[in-house]
Order: sequence, then C-alpha cells, then structure tokens
Amino acid sequence: MSPELWSLYALMLKSRLFEEAIAKLWHDGLISGEMHLGTGEEAIIAGVVSQLQDGDAIALDHRGTAALLMRGVDPVLILRELLGYPDGLCGGMGGHMHLLSKAHLAASSGIVGATGPAAVGFALAAQYQRPGTIAVAFFGEGAVNQGMLMESMNLASVWQLPVLFVCKDDGWAITTQSDTVTAGNVIERARGLGIPAVDVDGGNVSDVWEAAHSAIERARSGRGPTFLHARCVHIEGHFLGFHLLRVVRDPLRELPTIVSPLTRSLLRPGGAAWRERLAGLKTVCAAVLSTLRDPRRDSAHDPVCRVRTTMQSDPPHLQELEERVEQEIGDVLSTALAQVPP
Amino acid sequence: MRTMCFTQAIDDALAQAMADDPRILVFGEDTPLLRRDLLARFGPARVRGTPISEGAFLGAAVSAAMAGLRPVVEVYMVDFLGVCMDAVLNHAAKIKTFSGGTWTAPVVVRAPCGGGYGDGGQHEQSLWGWLAHIPGLTVLVPSTPADAGGLMLAALQHDGPVIFLEHKLLSETWLEFLGSGGRRTVQYDVPVEGAKGAVPQRWEPLPIGKAVLRRTGSDIAIVSVGVGVHRATEAARALESEGISAAVLDLRTVSPLDKTAVRDMVAQTGRLLVVDEDYEGFGLSGELSAVVLEAGLTCTYARVCTQTTIPYARRLEDQVLPNSSRICAAARQLVSS
Repeated sequence: MSPELWSLYALMLKSRLFEEAIAKLWHDGLISGEMHLGTGEEAIIAGVVSQLQDGDAIALDHRGTAALLMRGVDPVLILRELLGYPDGLCGGMGGHMHLLSKAHLAASSGIVGATGPAAVGFALAAQYQRPGTIAVAFFGEGAVNQGMLMESMNLASVWQLPVLFVCKDDGWAITTQSDTVTAGNVIERARGLGIPAVDVDGGNVSDVWEAAHSAIERARSGRGPTFLHARCVHIEGHFLGFHLLRVVRDPLRELPTIVSPLTRSLLRPGGAAWRERLAGLKTVCAAVLSTLRDPRRDSAHDPVCRVRTTMQSDPPHLQELEERVEQEIGDVLSTALAQVPP
Repeated sequence: MRTMCFTQAIDDALAQAMADDPRILVFGEDTPLLRRDLLARFGPARVRGTPISEGAFLGAAVSAAMAGLRPVVEVYMVDFLGVCMDAVLNHAAKIKTFSGGTWTAPVVVRAPCGGGYGDGGQHEQSLWGWLAHIPGLTVLVPSTPADAGGLMLAALQHDGPVIFLEHKLLSETWLEFLGSGGRRTVQYDVPVEGAKGAVPQRWEPLPIGKAVLRRTGSDIAIVSVGVGVHRATEAARALESEGISAAVLDLRTVSPLDKTAVRDMVAQTGRLLVVDEDYEGFGLSGELSAVVLEAGLTCTYARVCTQTTIPYARRLEDQVLPNSSRICAAARQLVSS
C-alpha cells in the first residue's frame, strides 16, 4: 500500500492554517497562558493519525491540537475551547494543554512523558476488549528521559501491547538542546527494551506514513509495540513567544533586558574564577547561536512546503484543494468567533 | 534600600549565598538559561541543566544534600512534583527521623506555583497544604520581594528539606515566560506590592515559621499566604470604607505554622477568615481552624479557598481563585453573624 498524498496534504494544510489562526488569536490576547503549536510536526501527525480507525486511542502531549483536528474532532469546538468558552470541547475547563475527547479516545496531558503510560493503558483495554484496535503515544525527544515513559515502554513490551510510541524529535527540550542531556541513542534504548524501532524523516509525510503503516499493522495483529523516531522542526520553537526565537527575530527589543543583568552578574566580585565564568557565558551564547543556525528558519524543513512540491505536477487539482481547505478553515473561524458568550 | 522585582530578589539572595558558600549548587530543567546570570558568575560546575526527569534529579538532590552539598533544585512548576513525589515524601522528609536525628537532607526545592494567568488546572496549582501535610518538610510561600530573598537565604541555611514556592503571578520572569510570552495584548491581575518592592542592601535570613502582620484591624483577622495576602489586603481596604476593620496576617511559612500569631489575632478579633489559594478540603484553611480550636479559643470562622480543579477559562478561573469580592462577602457575613 502507498499513502494517498492528496488527502495527507489536505490534512496537513488544514492543520497548518488552523494553527496559524490560533497563533493570531493568541497574539491578539484572546487566548491565555502558554500555546504550544504543532506547526512543523504535521507530517508526523498526518502520517500516523490518518491511519487510525474507530476504537483506536491517542495519548497526546501539550501539543495536541493538530492530532485532534486530523482525528476528526470538530475544529470549532477546539477553537472555542482555546477561547475559554463554555461550549468549547471541554467546556472551557481544559485549555490547550488539557484537551480531551472521549468520543475519539483522545487524551492530552501537559505532564512531560505522561503519554507513555496513558497509551499503555489504552492499549491494555484494546488488547482485552477490542482486539485489532491500537493506541498511539505522541511525545517529544525531551520526554525520553522521564522514568514513566521508559517504564511504560517496558510494560508495553512484556505485555505485547498494541502501542505505537511516536517520538517527535526537534532536538530541543524547551531551551535545552536534547543531545546535551540525553545519553546514548534513543532508538537503541527502545530496542534494548525489546521494542522494534524505526528511524524516519519526520518532515516527509510518505516516509512517516509507510513506517507507521507497518507498525500499526503489527500492533493490530497482536505482535506488540513499535517505536517510531521522527525528526522535525518546531517552526515557532517550544511555544508561541518562545524567548530564544524572540531574541533572534527581534534582538534590539529583547537583548538589552538580557545583556545588562548578565554583564553585571558576570563582573560581580565573589564567585567563580574567570575561566568558569566564561564557560558559563559561553553556554548562554551557544543557545542563542544555535537558535540562529536553527533549521526551523529554512522552509526546506517545513513539512507542508515539502509535500506541496510533490503536488505541483497537477496545478489545477492543487489549486482546487487549497481553495477548498482555506474556505473550510475560514468557515471554521467565522463560526467559532461568531458568538461571544455573555 | 534597593528596589527589586520578586524573582530578581530571590536570585540576588541566592547569588549572595552562593558567593559565601561553595557547597550550594543550582540545577533543574532549563536552569542554564533561566538562571543565566548565576551561570555567568558561578560557572557551569555550580549551575547545571538537567534532562526532563524530575525523579532522577530531585532524588539525586536529596542524597547530594545528605553527602554534604546544599543543592537548590528547580522544577518547572510545583504541579510537576507529582512526577517525583517519592523523593520528597519518602526520602527527603524521612532521613532525619530514620537516622535517629543524626543525618539530614538540606535540599531546597524551588518551584513556581499558583494561577491567575490562564494555564489550566495541571499547571496552576498551589499545593502547599499537600506538601505541608508531610512531617519533616519546611514549606515557604513568600509574598513580597523582601520576604522572598530573606526566606531563600533562610532556606539555604536550614538544616533540612525546604520547599520554596515562588508564585508565578508575583514573578516578573515566570509570568513573562508562561503568561505573556512577549505579548502586550494580555493583562493579569498582578499585585503591585508583591511584584516589586524595597529589599535590604545585604540579605539577612528571615526567621522560618514567623508570620507578619500586614495590616492592623479589630473586627476580623484575615490569615493568608502568597498572592492571597494581597487579595486580602485589597479586600481589607474595601471593607474599611464599609466600617469593617480587618487585620491581615501573612503566614509566610505554611510549615511550620506561626500558631502563636494566629491565636493572638483570633483572640483580639474573635473572627477568623482564611484566604487560601490552595484547595479548600483537608488543607491549610482547615488546619488553621484546628489551631484555634486546640487553643480553646472561641471565634466565628469562614474561608475563601480554591474548591475545584482550576478552570482554564480566564473568567471562570478568576471566580475559582480567591478574589477580593469573595473575601469581602465572606467578611461581611462573619461580621454580621
């Protein structure tokens, strides 16, 4: 079997446009608190979620909007939840990090690593009550050092549970570069727990789809879990307003408030020797410099742009599809924003 | 006198202590960037970033403290202590007793807490009552920059595990990081007196377990902690215009409790109103009523607390967290009953 690229592109574009609309509402101050978008993850989410069926479950992290949308949750309900309206998906009680849809067996959590045990429990229910259905855990590479995630992989392995562990690896655990805090090799870790592990280009939706297809087939037929490792970039960084990106994008506004206290502290008597101080300063500068060189700034790493280039062989079809999706998201926005509760 | 913002004061006191005591290490998630000023002064051997694995680094902080270090370990939010509660509940809090009083774990767990900026019920809890329930833990909840710095210094000198809670609504950096993200389109109800204020030229440790009277009053004693102190003060000002004289006592320390100060206030006014952003049931507010009953005092009592999981929707959230109108209503009822 091969993926149906047109429908995958439609899902990805829909998600991108939806999340860009969310970003605007957030910047306008209509959405409170943190906002972690899935922009840059669309190929991974679409490649996996498009193959889910009734009765399959998904455990989502704090970045779950794209997966819920692609799973078929009403985008108007999602948007009204993010706006904190009483008729939102969770009655305005959950918010974007805590989105739940019982009808879709989809549960989000803002606790890093918690999707591992959640998917294992869903998979236990699947194995026992609904053989043939599966559970998916989405998490970032920053979560792989959480004990509960490793423990849940072990449990899934020994119980041969139908789980797909999907590691969306953008290389950053918030402001920390993951390779500086992660020992060894994540794929080898999974294999060490007896779980087959596949490495895939998370920016290429066909590759993700194919890898996920085999893993899902495996799980449905009772042959146990698979670990899918997929690299990606988060276009907006960890969350909207991500400080490192703001520093790089608007240094004149952001740098003064950082540089002046940093310099004062660096020069203050009492403390480490100069060599140590400079090593500290170097760590701070390195984070900014790696953000400058970050691949998220290059559209060649944007999964939506990448799949679109393969669609350009049929311009009329592409135009029709894009107009349809834009219209759909436009309608969602106008419906979701039409009625402001009193 | 200098003026400082809330988190600036904590970091400044921490820096002073680090310059004096080489045993102090700071580590946690994203610490190199979040505490970059400390990193540039004290170097990467003393200011360390960790993986997102609270069970490992908090558990390690406890035994590092037992072995002679003075770790300040940071978790992103107090809510995330749920991930590593074993280190706090079954280890840090137990070492002194289990060793017959011969061994302690002087670790400071620094954690942002509290709500009021729309992050939802898994990211805005207070939980100081839950933590103070455990014998062996000291739980500090400052409400001003001066107290925050002074209590951080006290925590670093304390001979046992301390949970140091930093309310996000008072913290200029946490609120910016999690609440506004550089936006000028959002506003949160930040208590000005708690967010910025005078601090001493050189930090001295404040006594742990000592409350402070923020406002005198003769009709009713409002006892609170953290942001609740500022909400209570706001309410007391409003009540004054109605002819109700309300005192406001800032506990500053949830465990150990300053029972004497509470009893004195209740003896003077005969009315106790607890304002607690933490959950209502089985927590600080009930504990304070026990303090009064055990002392044989007679008083009328009410509480304004968080009763449910904190809603994400901002308007609902503002209703669920203690606010001055709920405090005023409870105070009026107490005075008229």
